[in-house]
Amino acid sequence: MIETFIWLLAYQFMGEVIARSLGWPVPGAVLGMLLLFLTLCARRGVPAALRDNIPRLMTHMSLLFIPAGVGILAFWPMLSAHPLSLPLVLVVATLSTFIITALVLQLGLWWQARGKAR
Amino acid sequence: MSVLAWVQGSPLTGLLLTLAAYRAALALSRRYHGHPLANTVLIGAVMVIAVLLLLGMDFQQYMKGASFIQFLLGPVTVALAIPLYNNLGRLRKSGFAILLAIVAGSVAGVVTAVCSGLLFDMPRSMLLSLAPRSVTTPIAMGVAEVLGGIPALSATFVIVTGIIGAIFAKPLVRLMGMHDDVVLGVATGVAAHGIGTARVFQLSETAGAFAGLAMGLTGLFTAILAPILVHYLLL
Repeated sequence: MIETFIWLLAYQFMGEVIARSLGWPVPGAVLGMLLLFLTLCARRGVPAALRDNIPRLMTHMSLLFIPAGVGILAFWPMLSAHPLSLPLVLVVATLSTFIITALVLQLGLWWQARGKAR
Repeated sequence: MSVLAWVQGSPLTGLLLTLAAYRAALALSRRYHGHPLANTVLIGAVMVIAVLLLLGMDFQQYMKGASFIQFLLGPVTVALAIPLYNNLGRLRKSGFAILLAIVAGSVAGVVTAVCSGLLFDMPRSMLLSLAPRSVTTPIAMGVAEVLGGIPALSATFVIVTGIIGAIFAKPLVRLMGMHDDVVLGVATGVAAHGIGTARVFQLSETAGAFAGLAMGLTGLFTAILAPILVHYLLL
């Protein structure tokens, strides 16, 4: 468990340092994820410390968003300025973004499969 | 009296409350066989809010303890690399289509938000805060600042967007007759960032892996594209 956290925190740390020193608008954790992914590709394998503990951790990822969800309480006055239109805008925008992404991907997959079949 | 003051001021309260609310939300979600509306983030947050109001605690007092939990978002985001690596074969095979979809989705995330906001005649500061709402909070706040929106407002839109996406992800792919976990993952990661990613991890590791990748890249593309898109949409 200790080793697992050393891996993860070290990569987040590297990501933060690189993002800040280059002035990139990317969170350090996202850069750390890409760095760890490249490391795993180079090693051609997942070290035991990451292989055994991570899957269980990921199923509980929702827990980590509860504090942010509670944050809505703090901004309630701003949100309640448009009690009807704002939720509607967010629902319409989110669902259409989802549908557009899924359709483009499905189309791309179909197109790639067709290219390979030839 | 002094006991209540201790309860309100102790980090223990926020920490215990969050874990207990999550556990209860998880039990409820299992009881309804993972029904989309029994969303663990939504139910957990509502329970916490109810208790905070009851105890007379504000958000700052709550975060004394809850910030420990929020801190773990960083390392867990890094950990998304592992399921992604486990799906390397599929990533190689479908990489081009996935990248194309993520770019299209990043553009759609900004355009749909600004256009539907315009449709409802929202003020300019609201539109600018809506634009980056489909990406992870730190990026969204940074982009909002660059655009001239209100970062705190964007952060709230991000959370609501994530919860909406998490609730509708599964019903939407079913409605569209798509059965590929990669499609579920990518679309959820693009439209609903980390909250959506956390949701699809409950459904499938493959979907979670691709949601994590999509979330990261959408953040990157949105940071680059949002200022350009908003410039043309709101001349």
